[in-house]
Amino acid sequence: MAGDNTITVKFFARLREELDTATLNVDARPGLTAGQLLHELAARGGNWTQLDGAQPVMIAVNQVMTKPDRELQPGDEVAFFPPVTGG
Amino acid sequence: MIRVQQQDFDPAEEYRALRDSGSGTGAIATFTGLVRDSGDMKGVTGLFLEHYPGMTEQVIEGLVNEASQRWDVREARVIHRVGLLALAEQIVFVGVCSAHRGDAFAACEFIMDALKTSAPFWKKEITSDSEHWVEQKAADLDRSQSWE
Repeated sequence: MAGDNTITVKFFARLREELDTATLNVDARPGLTAGQLLHELAARGGNWTQLDGAQPVMIAVNQVMTKPDRELQPGDEVAFFPPVTGG
Repeated sequence: MIRVQQQDFDPAEEYRALRDSGSGTGAIATFTGLVRDSGDMKGVTGLFLEHYPGMTEQVIEGLVNEASQRWDVREARVIHRVGLLALAEQIVFVGVCSAHRGDAFAACEFIMDALKTSAPFWKKEITSDSEHWVEQKAADLDRSQSWE
C-alpha cells in the first residue's frame, strides 16, 4: 500500500507486459499532474518512451477515468492502460 | 447484479433469476458474447482477458444505473469472465428485464455497447504460434457514441 506521501501507479494489459511492471510507487509533490507523471515515466527510455504519445494511454485516478491535467494527491492510485477491449 | 469471474456461467440460471426478480416484468432481453475464431488475427484458439479489479465493477454499475435512468429497467444482470478462455466459450452475459420489449432491448444493447468502450477489460488473442493484444475498434466507439 502507498505510504503517506506516495502515489501508487498501476499498468494493465499490453503496457503492463511491455513495461514489465504491474505496480510502482512514486513520491507525491504539489502540482504534479497525471500527464506530467506519464511524461516523466517516458523519460526512463526503452519501452517506457511509448508513454509519451506514441500509443494512446488512458488514465484513471482512484479508479475513475480522468484527463492528463488531473493533479495527483498523496495516497492516490493512478492507472495507465491501453484503450479497453472487453465484451 | 454484476459479477466478474473466471468460471463459466449458465444463461438459463441467469434468465431464471431475472424472471423471478419481481413484479412488473413483461419482457426479458439477454445477450451472450462468445470467443470467436477470427478477430484481429485468424486462427484464434483462445483469449486471455485482463481487468482492473474494483474499477471494472464500478464502471459496469454506473452503466446499469445510467440504463435505469433512461429506460424502464426492473432488474439487470451482467457477468463478464476473465482469465484464459477457449474458442466458443462464453465471455459476457447481459440480461435486462423490463415491462416492455423496447426498453429491455434498448437497455441490454446500451449496456453491452458502453461496456465495450468504457469498462476496463483487455483481450489478448492467442493462436497456435502467437499472441496479440486486441486493438480498440472504431466501430465499437461509434456504436457506443450513438447512445449519447
